[in-house]
Amino acid sequence: MSGPSTYEPKSGFTRWLDARLPVIRLMHDSFIDYPTPRNLNYFWTFGAILTFCLITQIVTGIVLAMHYNPSIAGAFASVQRIDRDVPFGWLIQNIHSVGASMFFLAVYIHMFRGLYYGSYKAPREILWILGCVIYVLMVATAFLGYVLPWGQMSFWGATVITNFFSAIPIVGVPIKEWLMGGFAIDNATLNRFFSLHYLLPFVIFGVVILHVWALHHTGQNNPAGVEVKSSSDTVPFTPYATVKDLFALGVFLLMFAVFVFYLPDALGHPDNFIPANPLVTPAHIVPEWYLLPFYAILRAIDFNVGPIDSKLGGFLLMVGALVMLFVLPWLDSSKVRSMRYRPLAKIFFFIFVICCFCLGWAGAQSPDLVVADLGFMKFTVTNFAQVNTLYYFAFFLVVLPVLGLVEKPGAVPDTIAKAVGGHGEAAAVAGQKGS
Amino acid sequence: MRMSHIFAAVALGLGLTGFAADSALAAGKTKAPREVEWHHDGPFGQFDRAAMQRGFQVYKDVCSTCHAMDHLRYRNLGEPNGPFAMVAPRNWADEGITPVFGAPGHGKEWVNANENPAVRAIAADYTVTEIDRTSAQEVERPARPADRFKSPYTNEFQAAALHGAAPPDLSVITKARPNGENYVYSLLTGYKEPEHGETAPGGATNLHYNPYFPGGWIAMAAPLSEDQVTYADGTKASVDQMAKDVTTFLAWAGDPKQEERKSLGMMVMIYLLILTAFLYLAYKQVWRNEKH
Repeated sequence: MSGPSTYEPKSGFTRWLDARLPVIRLMHDSFIDYPTPRNLNYFWTFGAILTFCLITQIVTGIVLAMHYNPSIAGAFASVQRIDRDVPFGWLIQNIHSVGASMFFLAVYIHMFRGLYYGSYKAPREILWILGCVIYVLMVATAFLGYVLPWGQMSFWGATVITNFFSAIPIVGVPIKEWLMGGFAIDNATLNRFFSLHYLLPFVIFGVVILHVWALHHTGQNNPAGVEVKSSSDTVPFTPYATVKDLFALGVFLLMFAVFVFYLPDALGHPDNFIPANPLVTPAHIVPEWYLLPFYAILRAIDFNVGPIDSKLGGFLLMVGALVMLFVLPWLDSSKVRSMRYRPLAKIFFFIFVICCFCLGWAGAQSPDLVVADLGFMKFTVTNFAQVNTLYYFAFFLVVLPVLGLVEKPGAVPDTIAKAVGGHGEAAAVAGQKGS
Repeated sequence: MRMSHIFAAVALGLGLTGFAADSALAAGKTKAPREVEWHHDGPFGQFDRAAMQRGFQVYKDVCSTCHAMDHLRYRNLGEPNGPFAMVAPRNWADEGITPVFGAPGHGKEWVNANENPAVRAIAADYTVTEIDRTSAQEVERPARPADRFKSPYTNEFQAAALHGAAPPDLSVITKARPNGENYVYSLLTGYKEPEHGETAPGGATNLHYNPYFPGGWIAMAAPLSEDQVTYADGTKASVDQMAKDVTTFLAWAGDPKQEERKSLGMMVMIYLLILTAFLYLAYKQVWRNEKH
C-alpha cells in the first residue's frame, strides 16, 4: 500500500542502525510518509485518540498499582489513601477511572464509524476482527478494574458476572469456581483480578500493533468508501493527519478534563463508595454505563425456550451480540462500502444507534418499571429491552444481508479526488455531505 | 449552576441519561432530597471554613458517638484547605508567632498539619491505646495529629452488636449516597411523624420515620435537637444550622482535595483551550491548499 520506502538515513548512526534494525524506517513509513486519504473526516481522528487513551490508562495504572493494596482488608482503604495522601494521587486516580469511560466513549464512536462507512468490508475483515478482539479485551479489563476498589458495586458486579458462567451446562460451575479461585468472591478473586487487570492492557497493546499493521497494509477506508487509486487521492500522514488528530485530541481532552476536575464521580455509582459487604445486597446492581446495553440484552430474556432456561438464554444472547460484530464482514451483502451512498442502510443504521442507546437506558432501570400502560398489558423495561434486542439482532441478521440485494445505491464517485474535488455528478453527492 | 445540573446536561449530551437516573431512590415512597445552595457548589465554589469548623464540632459532640470516620487522621483537619488549616510566616515557631486560620499569602504559608496548634489540641483531647514495645503492655496516651480518628468501637463487631446493624462510616458518606450533601442534610432535618398513620415494617418499635431515607424507616433516632451543641463562634445552634454545618464538614472529609482539584482544573482548562486553539490554527494552515 505505502509503496517503496522514502526514508533516507541522514547521519552515520541512523545509516548504521537502518542496515541492522530499520525501526526508524518503519516509523517514518508508518507515521510520516504514510499516504492518507485526503477526504477523512473527524471520525477518523479516534484512532489517535484511542491510542492516547490506552497509553494514559497504562501509565496511570502503573502508578496506581504502586500504591494499591490488592487484599479485601486493604483495597478500599488503599484507594482512599491514594485520594487523600499520595501526592497528586487524587488526580491520577480520577484520570484512570474517568479515563476508562472516555476510552469506551471513543471506542464506541470508532466502532459506529467503522459500521457506517463499511470499514469492515473486504479487504479489511481482519482489521475489523482485530478491532473486535481489542474491544472484548477492553470490556474484560474494565470489568476486572471495576472490582479492584472493592466497593459494593465492585463486589456485587463481580458476583453477577462470574455467576453468568454457571449458566453454561456441565462445565459452567467449574469455570465459575476457577474464575473466583474458590466458592465465593473473596481475597483469591481480588488477587487474580488484579493480576489480570495488570496483564490485559499489555495484551491489548499487542493486538493494537496488529490492528495498525493490518490498517497500514490495506490502507485506510474513507468516507467515500472507494479505494485509493493514485497519489492525488492522498496526503502524507505528517503533517496532514497528525495535525488534525492533535486538534481533535485537544477537543477530546477538554471534555476529559471537565470530568476529571469537575465531575470525577459523575460516571460512577455512589454504592462503590460503600466498602464491599457480602451480607448486604445493593437495591439495584448495575454495571458501568458502557456495559449497560449488554446488561439489558442479558436481562431481556426472562423466559425459557425448550431446554434453554432464561439465564442461559440471556447469556447466549449477550455473547451473540458480540459475535455479531465478529461475523459482520460476511453478513453485509452490499457491494457499496460507505452508507453515504446507501439511502436505506443509512436509515436502518441510525435506528440501530438509537436502539443501542435505548438498550443502555434499559440496562440502568429496574426491569419491572412500567414504561407505558397499554391497557391490555403493562409495557415494562424488560419488554422495551426485548424489542430493542430484537432489532439489534435483526439489523445484523436480516437488514444487512437483505438490504444489499434490494437496495438501489446512489452514485459512488470513482476516486477520492473526485469525491472532494467537485468534478462530476458523484462528487456533487459527496459535496452535499460536507466531506 | 449546580453540579448536578451540569452533569444532567452533559449526560444528556452524551445520551447517557439512563445511568444518571437514581435507581436506589426509585424504590418505594422515598422523597427526593431538598436542594440546598452549598458554598462549595460549582466550578469555583470553596468550602465554607467556619461551617466546616462548626460541623466538626457537631461530628465530635454528636455523630462520633456512633459513627466512625476510619479514613481520616487528625492531621487531615489542618492540611491545606482543611477546616483547621493555619498559615504563618516561614519561621513562626522560632520567632514566637502564633499561626492563624486562613489561606496562604502576604508572606504567610501553610503550617505543617502535624505542628498546627489547633489540630494538636483537638487530637490531645482523645486517648488512644497502643502496645508499648518494651513492656509489651497496653498503654494509653493522648492522640497525636498522625493518629486515625478514634473509633467509637473497640472492634469491628461491636458496632453491629450494639446497634443491630453497624452505623455507616462517615469518611465518604456524601460520595456514597446519590445527591450526597443534599441527602445528608435532608435526612438530618427530615424526621417527622409518619404520614397517614403509617407504621414501621413488621411493627418494629426501634425504627424512626424519615421520608428521605429509602423505604422511610431508619434505625437512627433524630440525632439533632435545638441548641444541642454550643458553638465556639457563638452561632445559634438550630437543627437546620447544625445539619448544614456537619454536612459541609462531611463533604470536605469525603473530598478533601476538592479545592485543589478545582483550582488546578481551571489552569488545565485554560491551558487546553489555548493549546487547542493553536492546534486548530495549525490545522487550518497545513490544509489550506488541500481539498478535503
